[in-house]
Amino acid sequence: MIGNKIRHDTTWNHRDDRYGCKRTRNRGGDSVHGCKVVVIRVNLQSPNTSRLRSRTLNPNQNMAKFSIATVFIASISLLLALTRSFSVENPTDRRILVLLDDLALKSSHSIFFTSLQARGFELDFKLSDDPKIALQRYGQHLYDGLVLFSPTTERFGGSLDVAAILDFVDSGKDLIVAADASASDLIRNIAAECGVDFDEDPSAVVIDHGSYAVSGTEGDHTLIAADDFIQSDVLLGSTKIEAPVLFKGIGHSVNPANSLVLKVLSASPSAYSANPKSKLSSPPSLSGSSISLVSVVQARNNARVVFSGSLDLFSNKFFKSPVQKAGSSNKYAKSGNEQFVTELSKWVFHERGHLKAVNVRHHRVGETDEPAIYRINDDLQYSVEIYEWSGSSWEPYVANDVQVQFYMMSPYVLKTMSTNKKGLYHASFKVPDVYGVFQFKVEYQRLGYTSLSLAKQIPVRPFRHNEYERFIPTAFPYYGASFSTMAGFLIFSFIYLYSK
Amino acid sequence: MAASTDTTAAPSSTLRNASGNILAFFILLLIGVLAFSIRLFSVIKYESVIHEFDPYFNYRVTQFLTKNGVYDFWNWFDDRTWYPLGRVIGGTVYPGLTLTAATMWKALHFLNIPLSVETVCVFTAPVFSAFAAWATYLLTKEVKGVGAGLTAAVLLAMVPSYISRSVAGSYDNEAVAIFALIFTFYLYIKTLNTGSLFYATLNSISYFYMVCSWGGYTFIINLIPMHVLLCIVTSRYSPRLYIAYAPLVVLGTLMAALVPVVGFNAVMTSEHFASFLVFIIIHVVALAYYIKGILSPKMFKVAATLVISVGLVVCCAVVAVLIAVVASSPTKGWSGRSLSLLDPTYASKYIPIIASVSEHQPPTWPSYFMDINVLAFLVPAGIIACFSPLSDASSFVILYIVMSVYFSGVMVRLMLVFAPAACIMSGVALSEAFDAFTRSIKFYAFQTGDTVSASTVSMENNVKEIEKKEESLKKRPSKKNKKKEKENVEKPLKKSQTEKRPLILPVEASVFALFLTVLLAAFYVVHSVWAAAEAYSAPSIVLTSHSRDGLHVFDDFREAYAWLSHNTHVDDKVASWWDYGYQTTAMANRTVIVDNNTWNNTHIATVGTAMSSPEKAAWEIFNSLDVKYVLVVFGGVVGYSSDDINKFLWMVRIGGGVFPHIKEPDYLRDGQYRIDSQATPTMLNSLMYKLSYYRFVETDGGKGYDRVRGTEIGKKYFKLTHFEEVFTTHHWMVRIYKLKPQKNRIRGKTKKSRSKTSSKGPTKTRTITKKNPWH
Repeated sequence: MIGNKIRHDTTWNHRDDRYGCKRTRNRGGDSVHGCKVVVIRVNLQSPNTSRLRSRTLNPNQNMAKFSIATVFIASISLLLALTRSFSVENPTDRRILVLLDDLALKSSHSIFFTSLQARGFELDFKLSDDPKIALQRYGQHLYDGLVLFSPTTERFGGSLDVAAILDFVDSGKDLIVAADASASDLIRNIAAECGVDFDEDPSAVVIDHGSYAVSGTEGDHTLIAADDFIQSDVLLGSTKIEAPVLFKGIGHSVNPANSLVLKVLSASPSAYSANPKSKLSSPPSLSGSSISLVSVVQARNNARVVFSGSLDLFSNKFFKSPVQKAGSSNKYAKSGNEQFVTELSKWVFHERGHLKAVNVRHHRVGETDEPAIYRINDDLQYSVEIYEWSGSSWEPYVANDVQVQFYMMSPYVLKTMSTNKKGLYHASFKVPDVYGVFQFKVEYQRLGYTSLSLAKQIPVRPFRHNEYERFIPTAFPYYGASFSTMAGFLIFSFIYLYSK
Repeated sequence: MAASTDTTAAPSSTLRNASGNILAFFILLLIGVLAFSIRLFSVIKYESVIHEFDPYFNYRVTQFLTKNGVYDFWNWFDDRTWYPLGRVIGGTVYPGLTLTAATMWKALHFLNIPLSVETVCVFTAPVFSAFAAWATYLLTKEVKGVGAGLTAAVLLAMVPSYISRSVAGSYDNEAVAIFALIFTFYLYIKTLNTGSLFYATLNSISYFYMVCSWGGYTFIINLIPMHVLLCIVTSRYSPRLYIAYAPLVVLGTLMAALVPVVGFNAVMTSEHFASFLVFIIIHVVALAYYIKGILSPKMFKVAATLVISVGLVVCCAVVAVLIAVVASSPTKGWSGRSLSLLDPTYASKYIPIIASVSEHQPPTWPSYFMDINVLAFLVPAGIIACFSPLSDASSFVILYIVMSVYFSGVMVRLMLVFAPAACIMSGVALSEAFDAFTRSIKFYAFQTGDTVSASTVSMENNVKEIEKKEESLKKRPSKKNKKKEKENVEKPLKKSQTEKRPLILPVEASVFALFLTVLLAAFYVVHSVWAAAEAYSAPSIVLTSHSRDGLHVFDDFREAYAWLSHNTHVDDKVASWWDYGYQTTAMANRTVIVDNNTWNNTHIATVGTAMSSPEKAAWEIFNSLDVKYVLVVFGGVVGYSSDDINKFLWMVRIGGGVFPHIKEPDYLRDGQYRIDSQATPTMLNSLMYKLSYYRFVETDGGKGYDRVRGTEIGKKYFKLTHFEEVFTTHHWMVRIYKLKPQKNRIRGKTKKSRSKTSSKGPTKTRTITKKNPWH
């Protein structure tokens, strides 16, 4: 019963971000952030079932397994889990499920897989129609990431379907989806739900007569050497990708109004999407640089998804093959695929670009305690520490564009915070001459980074009755008038009464 | 009862007088008990709870006051209402009621009587209605003597109009304000009758208490100047009048300005201007009388013409300046509520937020009968009685009733001010009637043995007695003006002596009339008790209904508020129509967007707009206000008629007043407000409709029959996209919805089904919009 209660509280805190103070949208979201609330991130099953069950606790971070038999033991394990929940969070994924069409892919894409394993990921390979596939058991996610290298699968095995995969994403987990020329409706639906629209013509592939990759067979312009990368160090690493990326597959489009989707690798202006085997009768539905070859999605809960129109992009063959772009004399011994894919996988599995904000503090200038309420025209100081996950540790995040708002229906104060280069950002400003319930807001959304959105409510009161000035110099004529009237009345009464 | 005191007090022996006083004292005590106990029906029938809406706010403020003290109360900035604006409670609330209750609570605790704050609040109104009855006795005694006073006190103790605002649990400003009002009037009359500065000062203090208690104090500060003006015009000016009025204006205004909520309004708004104008006039008149005293009649005539001509010029100038000042302000210096008093159609034309409150509507004729019952017939008789003889005091009472009749005709709420006047008048009338009847019966009783001459002697005795009584009214005049007064008083008395003679009626007629009068009074008692027990004691937070299978109790409001307080986070914001704001903060302790203190029209209009908008627009408005939950009151299942759908047009009007894209005609089909299949699409898509009728068809197996509107609803099956139902009370009276969080992902253009069925159609439409590099 006690386990039940705690689980309720946990989900409550976790989902709704109720403790408005120092709220971050961290994936996992259980950092304590100097907030007085202890967020226990334990997912205990109801201990009423007294049969022995092994269960993982806090899967992001440890693989510790507890046998829970009785309520009593549950409470002990809870204590253990409680101590763990204070340790520094590790947002990088650990366990990844890879679904394949064909087990041959395991060897043909081995470089990619081994690079992941070398970085510490545990890969679990399964055929996509394996009836034992399950993303979660007893309400507990079994994996932190999912790689779908099964473009042709029409139905997954087991309980897995589109809804389950979307639920996986909505609970903050990451996903890599690779489509191909023969992509199934299943894959297209997943993509569409995330805001990525693959070309609806099932036989269409991306053709580019301008920037195709020079290869042995002349005339096959479906193998593209793409080098229109997104300009972002967070997504693609700080070293520039020199060689073009080889791509062979279908294109997709994204809605420019959709702020969650980014085109990472775009086609050249001369590309178009059509069936290469038939004559072009009508203008192609997708053309030019609006075609995206590889896109990423960062959902509002900071779950990350990669969509690629080409499965071959990840293959050993493409990784190793030399590349020369048509019309260019530069010939590279090795394509940019390996670097591109590796850097992108680092991003998607949260080894990079993951921010957290902790220790939100505010106080009057000259004081250290956090007041429950401010007065109008108070001078105050606001500070927050922002760290970035480097893949192994939290490093100070350095930027000069983090702003704090003092907000009541609209920002009354908007100030860029200065940083000490060690992660601490601070700003001091005067409370506006308006009372009401304000919020300290930090809305930090930068390309590739997880979005930070902190809000802390703080009321601002007017002056107390005794906080006004006692005497106002401009009012001295009035003081004079009233006192002279009083004196005059006294003298008048005295004279009137006693002068006879 | 009153009649018996009159008859016992009639013989002029001191012993009898004393016994009469003792009897009067006990009668007053019983009146107090009656006034208190008749208001306990609500506690007996329901329970000891705070009623309705505003009392919950007052209760919450009182709790704060008892916990944190006066200074914190004065400076209280409440961040749990009017989110995110907040409200400075200390500066916007009339503190009289809460200070009174808190003082009572403190006193009781000092005496080691550990009552809870709630109990004290519940019983404040009955206690003060006893005080009000005593104050009525004092006032009427000043006007027409003890008998009339006692009768008026009895009538006031159980006048339904006053009961409706002062039953146990009705913890509102009016509860103490009516007492303060009557008591202020009493002290004014007392000062007028005695000319004592002591009473004048008391009067100012009492006025200050009234200002603390209720916005209705403007009635006093306009009525008293009017009476003073009346006295001056009817050449009844006396130094007593000056003493009664001048200190009240000076001290009263100074003290009124001390109340934070009034502040500089006491000298800056036009509600108070009448008092200043009359203050000037009375000084001019006093000066004129003074000059008249020191000048010879001839000289005085010359001086008078001079002064009047100069004075007229000055007056014209002052009036011109005043008019200019007043006209320069947009509302002509009058607040909306006061303007609607003068022009009854003002509010409904310009201020929907005032017109939307039912108690600001003009009353109907039946409500007069309901609220004052037989007093309505007795009032004219009372007015006539007050004219014979007309004294300063009785002219004041006449003025009071005339003004209050007018105001009560404008606003139902002001029936409350009218009720005491009606009681006083009826008290006078009844007492005079009893007087006349018993006198004639007595006359004939004495006559049987004696000659006619004896009877005339007894008559004369009677008359002398009356003379004495009337003299006793003016017992303590200040030494200076005693002589003048006597001259004043003697004239009307002589007249009355001549008039009193034919007032001897035949004994049969007297007995019969006495019987009828007693019957009339009995009807009044029966009606009042019925009104107290049945009509006015429902707390409106708990509802009951009688049906064939017994009593049903609807406790949905408290159920909903309890749910909110147990299942939501303490900082969550709850949006609802403003009616439920006070209750939500007081009972659920959650932050609300708007509440019953309708100080910010725009904010209310925002909520009204959200309620009248389609779901998505409403979600955006609510989300921008950080709202987590939306609460609607819905009576369609049980037939509770004052639900949000019935109030919805007001939301549309108030919303449309600020945000013009909300248009009332969009919600009406041919000028009719309906929710059945003829309803407009705007109506059917509005948030209020959706939140009220979501899943409603499930209650009666697919019919969707609304028991309030008496019709089947227009749109039965629909889904909510941006809201989710989290709680609905047992009888569906309160429904609470939660705003869904923003979608985690943004969906692409392709629909799920489209890729399967036809891939051609949508492709084409898309190519049209795209730039085509091939052409």
